[in-house]
Amino acid sequence: MRITCPYCGERDVREFSYLGGEPGPRPEGRDADIETMFEHVYQRPNPAGPIREYWYHAAGCHSWLIAERDTRTHAIAAVTAAADREVRS
Amino acid sequence: MMTRYSIFSVVKNALTGQRGWQPAWRDPAPKPAYDVIIVGGGGHGLATAYYLASQHGITNVAVIEKGYLGSGNVGRNTTIIRSNYLLPGNTPFYEWSLKLWEGLEQDINYNAMVSQRGVLNLCHSDAQRDAYARRGNAMRFAGVDAELLDREQVREMVPFLDFENGRFPIRGGLLQRRGGSVRHDAVAWGYARAADARGVDLIQNCEVTGLRREGNRIVGVETTRGYIGAKKVGLAVAGNSGRVAGMAGLTLPIETHVLQAFVSEALKPLIDTVVTFGAGHFYISQSDKGGLVFGGDIDGYNSYAQRGNMPIIEDVAECAMALWPAIGRVRMLRQWGGVMDMSMDGSPIIDHTGIDGLYLNAGWCYGGFKATPASGWCFAHLIARDQPHEVATAYRLDRFATGRLIDEKGAGAQPNLH
Ligand SMILES: Cc1cc2nc3c(=O)[nH]c(=O)nc-3n(C[C@H](O)[C@H](O)[C@H](O)COP(=O)(O)OP(=O)(O)OC[C@H]3O[C@@H](n4cnc5c(N)ncnc54)[C@H](O)[C@@H]3O)c2cc1C
Ligand SMILES: [Zn+2]
Repeated sequence: MRITCPYCGERDVREFSYLGGEPGPRPEGRDADIETMFEHVYQRPNPAGPIREYWYHAAGCHSWLIAERDTRTHAIAAVTAAADREVRS
Repeated sequence: MMTRYSIFSVVKNALTGQRGWQPAWRDPAPKPAYDVIIVGGGGHGLATAYYLASQHGITNVAVIEKGYLGSGNVGRNTTIIRSNYLLPGNTPFYEWSLKLWEGLEQDINYNAMVSQRGVLNLCHSDAQRDAYARRGNAMRFAGVDAELLDREQVREMVPFLDFENGRFPIRGGLLQRRGGSVRHDAVAWGYARAADARGVDLIQNCEVTGLRREGNRIVGVETTRGYIGAKKVGLAVAGNSGRVAGMAGLTLPIETHVLQAFVSEALKPLIDTVVTFGAGHFYISQSDKGGLVFGGDIDGYNSYAQRGNMPIIEDVAECAMALWPAIGRVRMLRQWGGVMDMSMDGSPIIDHTGIDGLYLNAGWCYGGFKATPASGWCFAHLIARDQPHEVATAYRLDRFATGRLIDEKGAGAQPNLH
């Protein structure tokens, strides 16, 4: 698998480390109830199909990226910088 | 009626040209309804059906499998069994599983080639030896066998390893002699045949596409072969747990990841135990056909693709070379992948779902093959009696919300680190 970093170009997957599917925005820990924190920490996206997920370009530019990838085929439709993402609410 | 396999049946069939064997199980069409439907004809689903029949007298049961029996991880794993766990939530369960393995072949009248050839975890530093001493002591306190070996004792068992490796010298190991390997397909076939003989319907090539509810109660399953009613439904679909539970509107604390396995060309007997490398993720044993069977890490990102990537193949090969340089002369013959349900703490779930009549068996990660007998035993107990079995009380679905995690590695909610 190769990931096209928006800053560095197409690079081997070995250069990246994986965090997982993009969760919703992080709840405010002091105010959130247990159920909300549980949902955020443990109920992570796990679709058989397109997923939006975080990758870190550890052996490159050190950027956090968001890839849109199909978990059945590993085909990547788009990669963008996480810094540019629209935070879902 | 099931024909018993024995030395006499082997001799009799040898003398009559092997023409007397019967198919090992029926191929029934689904009935309109069952008392219990188990979704998933892997090791866990088949064992559950068998123990429902043999331990609880519940025989109006169907196992619904989307492919053929054993097409999932039960036929893809590297066949290691052991009970060398540290945490109290895990130890009694895996030890019960090992005890069931020890009596399995007599119980189901099937040669599953259960081989207690030992599992040897190598340590490469003083700190690692201390960690293994702690694990071994925890095991022995719980009545599980464990022996801490020094370097010379390890050398006696496996003299061909690279003991003086510059970076990862072998300092000793933790040995569980009762661990070993089991012929994985035979486990699926043996449980299938024994369940079928007690009246369980094994329905193959039948995919569950929906879970039908009335209010908060499950009433049956939609399948590619039509609707089938059920008083109770148990899910045992391994890497597809999230997908199938999603049909009932549930989200699980699970990610699906791919794990690879490797087999070399067949060789004469070389290694008579199971060895795990302590400085990287790599383990190896030898099958009775002669192939070296080995594996390592998961690929590391969510995947339903059932095939592996190149970086892991290289990583596994590098670990192999660091541990056992002579292996470089051996050719790798086959490689494949299986999709697994990696839970958020690396431990499984055997529990109610909160939907009446719907039960969940999931989250088996890397290590669910060794769990097969106890998983079936405890899941059958839960379904039959609506109470968790005493060795599986920790495997609750709500433990993530209540903070009662069972995290052997202490890695946190990051499935690709477990
Ligand atoms: C490469 C590899 C190596 C491994 N090595 C070991 C090891 O050495 N030791 C160990 O203890 N564990 C090991 N494991 C883990 C172990 O194999 C699994 O945890 C265990 O087999 C999972 O339980 P199962 O046998 O019931 O799964 P499976 O055999 O995968 O059964 C699940 C079944 O559900 C079916 N299914 C899915 N969706 C549907 C649907 N919608 N409708 C109907 N049926 C459906 C699937 O087709 C499948 O047959 C390994 C796994 C892999 C992939
Ligand atoms: Zn980059």
